[in-house]
Amino acid sequence: MITWIKDGELVDPRSATKKKLDIVIKKGKIESILPTGKFNPPNTGDVKIIDASGMIITPGLIDMHVHFREPGEEYKETIATGSYAAAAGGFTAVACMPNTHPINDSRSVTEFMVERARKANLIKVYPIAAISMGSRSEALTEFGDLKQAGAVAVSDDGRPVTSSELMRRAIEYAWFFNLPVISHCQDLGLSNKGVMHEGAISTKLGLEGIPAASEEIMVVREILLAKLTGYPVHIAHVSTEGSVEFIRQAKEKGISVTAETAPHYFSLDHTAVIGFDTNAKMYPPLREPKDVEAIKRGLSDGVIDVIATDHAPHSPIEKDIEFDKAAFGIIGLETALPLTLALVREGVMDLTTAIAKLSYNPASILSIKGGTLEEGKEADLTIIDPNSEYVLQKDSFHSKSYNSPFIGRKMRGKAMITMVGGRIVNDKLNIEN
Amino acid sequence: MSDINLILDTADSLIEISSRDIKKVPTLRGKSIVNFFYEPSTRTKASFEMAAKRLSADTLSLSATDSSMVKGETLIDTARNLQAMNPDIIILRHSSSGAAHLLARYVDAGVINAGDGIHEHPTQALLDLFTIKKKKGRIKGLRVVIIGDIAHSRVARSDMIGLRKMGAEVTVSGPPTMIPVDVESLGVKVMLDPIKAVKNKDVIMLLRIQLERQNKVLFPSLREYAIFFGLNTQLIKGAKKDVIIMHPGPINRGVEITGDLADGPFSVILDQVSNGVAIRMALLYLLIGGGKGDNLD
Repeated sequence: MITWIKDGELVDPRSATKKKLDIVIKKGKIESILPTGKFNPPNTGDVKIIDASGMIITPGLIDMHVHFREPGEEYKETIATGSYAAAAGGFTAVACMPNTHPINDSRSVTEFMVERARKANLIKVYPIAAISMGSRSEALTEFGDLKQAGAVAVSDDGRPVTSSELMRRAIEYAWFFNLPVISHCQDLGLSNKGVMHEGAISTKLGLEGIPAASEEIMVVREILLAKLTGYPVHIAHVSTEGSVEFIRQAKEKGISVTAETAPHYFSLDHTAVIGFDTNAKMYPPLREPKDVEAIKRGLSDGVIDVIATDHAPHSPIEKDIEFDKAAFGIIGLETALPLTLALVREGVMDLTTAIAKLSYNPASILSIKGGTLEEGKEADLTIIDPNSEYVLQKDSFHSKSYNSPFIGRKMRGKAMITMVGGRIVNDKLNIEN
Repeated sequence: MSDINLILDTADSLIEISSRDIKKVPTLRGKSIVNFFYEPSTRTKASFEMAAKRLSADTLSLSATDSSMVKGETLIDTARNLQAMNPDIIILRHSSSGAAHLLARYVDAGVINAGDGIHEHPTQALLDLFTIKKKKGRIKGLRVVIIGDIAHSRVARSDMIGLRKMGAEVTVSGPPTMIPVDVESLGVKVMLDPIKAVKNKDVIMLLRIQLERQNKVLFPSLREYAIFFGLNTQLIKGAKKDVIIMHPGPINRGVEITGDLADGPFSVILDQVSNGVAIRMALLYLLIGGGKGDNLD
């Protein structure tokens, strides 16, 4: 049994390839990549043909920042439903943040998540373990043990590491185990009771503000700690112009820092909160148009390495309430691809760069498999119809939750096939029928 | 602006009802109005209830402690249950900004925002505009200063918007910790020092310093606030000779205003309270009394 993906345009950031190539898959691996028209299918045996004409074939997309809520809040999302949403959005691998209940600060939780992912049997799910026990910024977790159990990074995401000393030691200690340290940058004192970006809109709406400086102070701290230790730090969900500029300067000085942003930070600004829409409430908050432009510049010139969704499912219990009491966060797995493709059409970056930020770059930072299309490698890939147009509907999500500010928005671009290890886990082309 | 004028004119025509021997007209007979106050309130709650009763509506008052909120019911569920009893108007006071917006999405009854968090207090602004118009004969072109915690005041926010709409010049004043970011985007000027800010003003509006909200970060002490930002007989000398002093209440005597000024000839603080009843009667009449105000925002 072989699978033949024919007539598509292959985009592989690692080899800087962007041309019409066919892919032949055998036993879950990429058997060969060859010019369109050159493949002679064997007369004997089954050949599954995927007609990808007019479509692009990319390495399976990788989201290094999701919240799958299991264990503890399974009514919002489970590892199985999250995997399903990921596959539908074109993702073949995700990394799950540790702010579950209980927090993923021990081998038993990490192993539980790995086991749940194995049972779901859809995509690759990598746990990220907590930096500190209970994410309380007091004591380090057992990085080595957690790594052996399956963790690919450490982060206290959802909370900052408030102790600079602890963060310094985390960065140093993590290096020994080759575990990237991912920082959620927030000065809790400055953000205080804030529920949206501090600016003209928070003033108008009478909502407590979160100043841009609340993020930037911590970005600068992490840069200084990376410089002090000489070891890398990854900055999660960059949202402000200042953060982009500080990271740019750090990179220019050769400090080992990488960064991600989320699609909502380049697609929406703080005016989305007008009307008290709780689906426009997230941390960090939606910022100002100048910040949106800076994020785009950062994506364009490589200051921001990764696009990650910060997929944060919440139910109506947390969202259909007063704005100040509502939970922070939105889902993102099923909107990341069309929103990123919109930037490509806008000319912010070329398609290969955009795909790199959704596959090769996060794979490199996390040191995980995937992110490239190469002969002999596992067949984790995504086939995208860049021209498919649709209006995003509340009931179209595969996630268990539908807390998205993009409902009702016209989208362009869709993952038609998601393939993990040669197996189709998202089949909008009805190949398996 | 035409909406605001309609409300002010209607209030003007209803105000005499409150001075009759029999303070009641049958306009809203058979209508039911729910006064739903999640936050403590004396003036606004009493004012709405008085307004509704003078128009012969049936009223029901609920507060947070006697509502199911203490049992953990959400605002939306409470709203749906009230809606099931088919009231004509729900008047909501709530500690969360945007609460009235949220409620209005889930009920068919008209919703009047009686103060939501630090967002808006539109009926207070209307009664302030009404008071200014009655005292000064006009609003357009008047110079108004608002002194106090602008950032955390729903009254200030609604007054700024209302006054600008009606053509007044508005200056806000107070310690920098109490001036919200980009407040100029609402069309107002900032003059931090009240000595300069009150110069040549027609109207001085004071805000209650919220003792309960103050967390020792916005300012160090009431004593120091009173010295540098409180209105006193010395400070008011810079204002126009016929200046009026307004305050939404409840006042902290000796903090944002000295007692003698609050009780003195410039003060219109109690007129505001009287006018509040007329404004709320006007709103209820326009919304459900067959008036032409179905789309008042």
